[in-house]
Amino acid sequence: MIDLSGRVAVIFGLANKRSIAWAIAQKLQQAGAQLAISYQNERMKSEAEGLIADLPGAEAFQCDVSNDAEIASLFEQLKERYSRLDVLVHSVAYAPAEELKNNFVMTTREGFRMAHDVSVYSLIAVSRAAALLMTNGGSIITMTYYGAEKVVPHYNVMGVAKAALEATVRYLAADLGAQNIRVNAISAGPIKTLAARGIGGLGDMLKAHAERAPLHRNTEQSEVGGTAAFLASDMASGITGETIYVDSGYNIMGF
Amino acid sequence: MAAAVEEKVKQIIVEQLQVDEAEVTPSASFQEDLGADSLDVVELVMQFEEAFDIEIPDEDAEKIKTVKDATEYIEKNAKGGK
Repeated sequence: MIDLSGRVAVIFGLANKRSIAWAIAQKLQQAGAQLAISYQNERMKSEAEGLIADLPGAEAFQCDVSNDAEIASLFEQLKERYSRLDVLVHSVAYAPAEELKNNFVMTTREGFRMAHDVSVYSLIAVSRAAALLMTNGGSIITMTYYGAEKVVPHYNVMGVAKAALEATVRYLAADLGAQNIRVNAISAGPIKTLAARGIGGLGDMLKAHAERAPLHRNTEQSEVGGTAAFLASDMASGITGETIYVDSGYNIMGF
Repeated sequence: MAAAVEEKVKQIIVEQLQVDEAEVTPSASFQEDLGADSLDVVELVMQFEEAFDIEIPDEDAEKIKTVKDATEYIEKNAKGGK
């Protein structure tokens, strides 16, 4: 029912088969989109390229979103290869491991800077570059988490960065709306990805989530992928600046 | 079952770390001998969890440093495996 045929999507943040970016890529591909999928660096290259090679119509690109020159070079390649863009998926976040181990009050200036640079500024940078290629309007989607609003143990500076990310979505939506570019965030329940495993106590989080969420289960990657496909499509043409929850309903509960 | 666990563990390590099977001896350390970085170790632990249908809490995962550590932990905690 969701039709993305003829659309070109660029996806940031593929690390391995558990990546949310991978689940989104699969759903966009099933809906008919042509995909440019990027991974961060040489470290991620072989695993990412192996996955992308098996996805029809997808091509692999390397781009570290904390580097302006790499962003510029990627978008030049995209312009040459596809001429225009319709969808951008930003599934990137980082905070130094120590910042997620210590108490939040111990957050360092450098840890704070890095978390916000990689997880938040990168969305502004890639959106600006993408907007130039979104000549028929577009849809920009980023990934956030409930730790932006409520205190989640160990999430620390990442929660503060996600709050900044959600505010960034609103400001970008206001700027880019005139070009018919929509910008939204998906707030997913905890999912066992490589990055999430770096946050202490993921097992406890998953257990609590499945117990308390109205649907009494955890969130599947594919559910996030489905919502991303919806937001990318014309079916969501009236939605911008929003944070959409895909969390089995967890966020509505008071206790 | 012990041999089966060892074989599966070996296979996962060979695939994840792209190393030769001969290098995956029981005493081999993921980081010191098999060239794993910290992310590789996290990926390995997640692969073990998936393959043997177990949950390895952070505090246990930190102690799994060698091939033997992994095999012993899984033998003790697996509910039969897949």
